[in-house]
Amino acid sequence: MAVAVKIPTLMRANVDGAASVEATGATVGEIFSDLITRFPGLESNLIDDDGNLHKFVNVYRDDDDIRYLDGLATPVSEGVVISILPAVAGG
Amino acid sequence: MSNAPLRLRSDQYQAIVDHCLEGFPCEACGLLVGPIDKEHEPTGEISSVHPCRNADESTRTYTVDSRDLLQVTRRAEADGESIVAVWHSHTHTDAYPSETDVRQALDPNWVYALVTLRNPDPELRAYRIRNGQIAEIEVIVSPE
Repeated sequence: MAVAVKIPTLMRANVDGAASVEATGATVGEIFSDLITRFPGLESNLIDDDGNLHKFVNVYRDDDDIRYLDGLATPVSEGVVISILPAVAGG
Repeated sequence: MSNAPLRLRSDQYQAIVDHCLEGFPCEACGLLVGPIDKEHEPTGEISSVHPCRNADESTRTYTVDSRDLLQVTRRAEADGESIVAVWHSHTHTDAYPSETDVRQALDPNWVYALVTLRNPDPELRAYRIRNGQIAEIEVIVSPE
């Protein structure tokens, strides 16, 4: 199914400047696979070398952080919004 | 590239400083929302101040709580504006970006504001950080 994925400004150059793109899949991981196939520049922002969610990115399914759900295996359903947020941090 | 001054009303400036003092001895952090120009650069005007939780709860580092970041992002989008700046406190060092700040300054379009609490009177300074290079920008505080 297709869901909306909100892209942070920092990553929009990888998706032709779009603030939101549609992607298909039954889980967040499948959604990301679809996105990366179409927009390869996103991969290094989203997935680390071990295939896990990059530690400097947060992903929400509507209001829920997927790290506290099932991570990339978190299921998605019609109408949900996936939000990608970069970690804002320093010292 | 713009190095427009950061323009804060005195009540906005005070809200930032107050949040930093409330967070002591940990570092405190927050986000500023405002308009951007055609080049996606902040104009320097600030529409709203959003104190956030420091997910690190640390005296030496900060990470804006991602739930707060999500809420502020949604509000900014609904208002047709953008997050244009992040601020955080340095409790025992100058209001100058640390190596960690520079390394983790991901967005070249943002303003990075720092508040030092090392002296009795807190001081706020602001910077642009692009490609590892730090450039201080003017901070103009106007009456409410």
